[in-house]
Amino acid sequence: MIDRTVPATQRPGPAHGHGTGPGDASPVLSLQGVHQVFRTPRGDVPAVAGVDLDVRPGRVLCLVGESGCGKTTSARMAAGLAGPAQGSVLFRGRDVAGMDRRERSDFRRSVQFIHQDPYASLNPVRTVYSTISAGLRRHGLVGDRREARRVTAELLERVDLTPAEEHLDKYPHQMSGGQRQRVAVARALAMNPEVIIADESTSMLDVSIRVSLLNTLGKLRDELGVGFLFITHDLAVAKYFAWDGEIAVMYLGRVVEHGPTPRVVNDPQHPYTKALIDAVCEPDPDLAHGRERIRLRSSEIPELTDLPPGCDFHPRCPLYEQGDCDSVRPPLVPGRDRLLACHVVNGG
Amino acid sequence: MTDHIAATPPAEGPLLSVRGVDVGYRTGRRKQVTAVRDVSFDLHPGQSMALVGESGCGKTTLGLGLLRLLPRTGVVSAGEVLFRRKDGRLVDVRTLAREDLRRFRWNEAAMVFQGAMNAFNPVLRVRDHFLDTFRAHDGGRGSRARHLERSAELLRMVRLDPGRVLDSFPHELSGGMRQRTLIALALALRPQLLILDEPTTALDILTQRSIVERLAELREELRFAMVFITHDLGLAAELADRVGTMYAGRMIETGTTRDIFHRARHPYTSALINSVPPVTGDLRVPESLPGGPPSLSALPPGCSFAPRCKHAVERCGSTRPTLDVLRSRPEGMSHAAACLRSHELFAEGVTRD
Ligand SMILES: Nc1ncnc2c1ncn2[C@@H]1O[C@H](COP(=O)(O)OP(=O)(O)OP(=O)(O)O)[C@@H](O)[C@H]1O
Ligand SMILES: Nc1ncnc2c1ncn2[C@@H]1O[C@H](COP(=O)(O)OP(=O)(O)O)[C@@H](O)[C@H]1O
Ligand code: SF4
Ligand code: SF4
Ligand SMILES: [Mg+2]
Ligand SMILES: [Mg+2]
Repeated sequence: MIDRTVPATQRPGPAHGHGTGPGDASPVLSLQGVHQVFRTPRGDVPAVAGVDLDVRPGRVLCLVGESGCGKTTSARMAAGLAGPAQGSVLFRGRDVAGMDRRERSDFRRSVQFIHQDPYASLNPVRTVYSTISAGLRRHGLVGDRREARRVTAELLERVDLTPAEEHLDKYPHQMSGGQRQRVAVARALAMNPEVIIADESTSMLDVSIRVSLLNTLGKLRDELGVGFLFITHDLAVAKYFAWDGEIAVMYLGRVVEHGPTPRVVNDPQHPYTKALIDAVCEPDPDLAHGRERIRLRSSEIPELTDLPPGCDFHPRCPLYEQGDCDSVRPPLVPGRDRLLACHVVNGG
Repeated sequence: MTDHIAATPPAEGPLLSVRGVDVGYRTGRRKQVTAVRDVSFDLHPGQSMALVGESGCGKTTLGLGLLRLLPRTGVVSAGEVLFRRKDGRLVDVRTLAREDLRRFRWNEAAMVFQGAMNAFNPVLRVRDHFLDTFRAHDGGRGSRARHLERSAELLRMVRLDPGRVLDSFPHELSGGMRQRTLIALALALRPQLLILDEPTTALDILTQRSIVERLAELREELRFAMVFITHDLGLAAELADRVGTMYAGRMIETGTTRDIFHRARHPYTSALINSVPPVTGDLRVPESLPGGPPSLSALPPGCSFAPRCKHAVERCGSTRPTLDVLRSRPEGMSHAAACLRSHELFAEGVTRD
């Protein structure tokens, strides 16, 4: 990932088409300097404040961070569900904002969003067949009903809902959380997407179900070359699913560390990333008890409407030093193997 | 917190002794399912036991059953729930009369429910939740000022700022603050037993971490016993002294935390543990455990896990395994597993010691 040593804004655009490493295709979907601001009675909420991200075919980009840090907001912009207040979203190098109707419909079909909550994402009065075939019909991807059932059944098999015949006519309430999630994946797959944006799609599920769902998604990534923007709170899940890809850690609307997954997870540099990884409970009682934990200076996240001066993380940061930390916001700058926004770590 | 004198239970014997408990739900006219079957265990004073297993295995149902907090359609239909009260008397929670039961909850045992928001009355400020709890249980003794002082103290105990929290409505608090408030409320009358149902699920990892640490510290300070329900095995490893695995309504393995995490002897427990991807070290491919627990209304005849078990043999489909002790220890810390092949699998090196 040599391209990580070049600031996102200076990176060669996808139009140049040259990869920067072995097996590294140019991005299919990019966020370039995107901002999102919500106007609320409490004041303007800068939910996303200048984020650059690239999703490549067959690769995973994982967004992690605490609740409210702007993951879903970024993902919604990437999926074209909301336009950025500033900056641009590029699909195959074309700015989505400047697309005509046909291009836009193509974009909508090629970039699929899978919702956070397996319970809320499916229409309760529709059968699995009806849910999945609706999109196929809308985009004219199937002819008659027989073909629609056959294609739907194939999609169910793809996401390991087998035998498909048993599931076609079920309603969501007749399925488990994990099965519903698979239906949501199948519905997305029906559109033959190049990118899947999966928001927290595993977090409410049992561990056992999570892993098999991740394996199903992994197959789509490896066999169909689907690129993923994958959003999770769980660093262990990020590590497993994005091992060959990248992790971007977000804090209060900005990326604070971004690099190849093995580097970020096994050798985190930003104090916030360190705290996130340190906080994971490992299923090993000896590890859990024999470990010196990082102490944050505060466990509360500042309000977006009332951000602290300087580094957003300074009121909580264990490495905080008086001076730059509380007066200058650290820029996200390239280091040896990643992008990092921290005065102290970058300076030392 | 000097006045938090630890509840001092009698020196000997279990605090809670669960004997052959079944819990059923009515699901229609003359239809019912048994969601918990024949569960027995002893919990000694100060112990922390985690109940783990996939969703739907009966963890919440058992927890609710122990305190008779089941919904109207649910009932503990068999067994005994013996509890040693602060005054040393042994009672069967199943037979407590209404008024006695009300005193028993909060005073002796309290529960922090799954889904913090639902546990609050949304139109009452946090302050009133505390005052109501105190009033309902001290028989009118104690002044309002004294109760508020005590509420503030409890909130500080879970690292909340009483000045801010007491006057708030539940929806004005973050998920983490609500969960802490519930824990403070549950501890208000210094119960000997705290039952926590998925206390940190749906919370951010840093919030989860600080609650987990605070709970561990509080247990040291106040010495209450804990039953800790979770599907997060990492949390169990961290907070429990012992673990019970539940599957399809039964306890299928129980042992010390080390027994379970380092030498699980039931294939279901091992599969659960191996399905957690670790965050430290190199990439390890987690085990996937396809399928899900069987429907309670159509349990397979032999071992309930047989349809998913990769070690199943013919007799697993017809003989139901019993929870056999593999290593006997005092105070409920024995290691036991309900698998017909636990000795063979151990001998073959499939499970390790
Ligand atoms: N429609 C909206 N109006 C006002 N504020 C919003 C809106 N949507 C999001 N926000 C705010 O923007 C910030 C970022 O929210 P977002 O949903 O992107 O977070 P997230 O990282 O996905 O969090 P989670 O992990 O909880 O899903 C939050 O402060 C949130 O309250
Ligand atoms: N009110 C209820 N009525 C009928 N069945 C219920 C009710 N609550 C739970 N169940 C059933 O009891 C079983 C155990 O559920 P639960 O105790 O919630 O499991 P867990 O907490 O382990 O996820 C499940 O099969 C569930 O569907
Ligand atoms: S810039 Fe300072 S406050 Fe911010 S993360 Fe780095 S050390 Fe901490
Ligand atoms: S009894 Fe048989 S099916 Fe059940 S866990 Fe043991 S080996 Fe598997
Ligand atoms: Mg979100
Ligand atoms: Mg439950």
